[in-house]
Amino acid sequence: MIIDERNIKMWSTIGARATFGIAALEIAKKIDNLIVCTCDVSTSAGLDRFRKTLPDKYYDLGIAEQNLIGVAAGLASEGYNVITTTFAPFQTLRCCEQIKVNLGYMKQKICMVGIGSGLALGTLGFTHCCIEDVGVLRSIPNLNIVSPADSLETIKALEAAVKSEKSTYLRLTGSSNNPIIYNKDYEFKIGKSITLVDGNDIIIFCAGAITKNCLVAAEILKKKNISVKVVNMHTIKPIDKNILDESQNFKLIVSVEEHNIYGGLGSAIAEYNSTFTNSPKQLFLGIKDIYGSGGTYNFLKEKHRLDPEKIVEDILKNLD
Amino acid sequence: MDKSNINKIQKFSKSIRRNIIDMAFSAGASSAHLGGALSIVEIISTLFCHVMKYNDDPQWQDRDRFILSKGHACLAYYAALCEIGYISKDELQTFEKDSSKLLGHPVINREIGIDFSNGSLGMGLSLGIGVALSLKKRKKNNRVFVIIGDGECNEGSVWEAAMAASHFKLNNLYIFIDNNKFQQTGTNDQIMKTSDLKSKWESFGWETIDLDGHNINELCNYFDSMKDTELKPKAIIANTVKGKGFSFSENNNDWHHSILTKKLYDKAVEELEVNK
Repeated sequence: MIIDERNIKMWSTIGARATFGIAALEIAKKIDNLIVCTCDVSTSAGLDRFRKTLPDKYYDLGIAEQNLIGVAAGLASEGYNVITTTFAPFQTLRCCEQIKVNLGYMKQKICMVGIGSGLALGTLGFTHCCIEDVGVLRSIPNLNIVSPADSLETIKALEAAVKSEKSTYLRLTGSSNNPIIYNKDYEFKIGKSITLVDGNDIIIFCAGAITKNCLVAAEILKKKNISVKVVNMHTIKPIDKNILDESQNFKLIVSVEEHNIYGGLGSAIAEYNSTFTNSPKQLFLGIKDIYGSGGTYNFLKEKHRLDPEKIVEDILKNLD
Repeated sequence: MDKSNINKIQKFSKSIRRNIIDMAFSAGASSAHLGGALSIVEIISTLFCHVMKYNDDPQWQDRDRFILSKGHACLAYYAALCEIGYISKDELQTFEKDSSKLLGHPVINREIGIDFSNGSLGMGLSLGIGVALSLKKRKKNNRVFVIIGDGECNEGSVWEAAMAASHFKLNNLYIFIDNNKFQQTGTNDQIMKTSDLKSKWESFGWETIDLDGHNINELCNYFDSMKDTELKPKAIIANTVKGKGFSFSENNNDWHHSILTKKLYDKAVEELEVNK
């Protein structure tokens, strides 16, 4: 993939899902044993060109996610490098036990891509929004969980997941016009967080498309003379313990996620930090364990207090 | 069918039953799934003695693939792996013991011929489809054999897989439905009617046959006389008896999962000796 300004803009415009489709095609052209399996979502996942260009590497399993994971594991067991994809709730919760047995317990290696996760599909209601995937999958051993911050990181994460020895769940959030976090190529490694902005009063950990709002919030706070470090915690499992060790030196730890505050990034951070005697207070920003009303992506981000202004408000309320 | 071949498979079946009761007895209070293991003995014996291609190397690339989707019947599987030399008799005695390779449901271990973990029902056929697709992609003529329980057919995922296997024209995929008419807590009719399994699989696009799952001659004939002309996966509805082979366990669903006492173990050994 040519990573330049023009492509980065284009990937941002089309969003993470369509970018994934393009990246999958490019990767499949290079890797002989790569196969993509989907559940009747080729258009939604940006895979129509893939399907036409490489029909021998593409299996549509129909609307049957449990079978999807089993078939993918069977292919993987024979040496194929398999990517599966469908909408996040169906890619994870619908076939959760197949993920447990085939990928976790049996360690068959595939890469699952959950499209439209978080709140982006809010107008379709909470059957299609996904605020539970990380929490559910985090309890299954032998899985990586990665939530890319923008379209370029989606490509980087997909490349890394395909190469990884372990199965990976790629959680794609955001919609089209996905904000750009990275405007040039950079080093991406599963499990290694990336500091986007340095600071020393507050540390914000975020993952996924909501990262942009955290950067804006940090700007606002900077103007109020509050120094904020923003960390892209793209990998939720395995969690980057080094940066969490460092977070002990801050006044406040903030986790921001388009996910239930139970079970996701915030929980992963708190689980590790609770092993310290005097860990700083943590503020959990995310969906407060409710489904609530549906609506557009922006409406829902505001409603769940994930827009920059409300992130700032909530941080200020929690600063001593 | 050659009489000596039938005798060989019968002898293999007898050894399997002996291994099964030996393991169940050594498991003691841990209990063992005897009923559903005993109902697939002739199926598994025919596969290992007459149908499947394999050699001394459990990971031989050109082997036929075997998946025990009804994982709780693993006693029959372990017994067969012992008879073909992949597992030692001593190893069998570790069944369900602490840290054993041989638990109450198969755990993936390719060094001893267990290609997949199973136990949660309704997952083995999907794996079989993935494997069958792989073999086709690589233009290999190996076959994939999956054993599924009749009770297991309650699981919706079985039917997701059933639909996909015929869609992909997987004529290298064979399933046996162990139609012993019981499931964990009662008959199929009491718990969940499976009705006519043959017509169900047929309507999903499979080539189907009904046969006596304990009749080695019938089982062998099916494979010997097969003309693989249609590009369809094959479903063999094997009518069987749960607990087959011992007077106390046949059609007695208490033996779905139970403890084999010394008294019953001795009785089983005696019955095996009498029934030549």
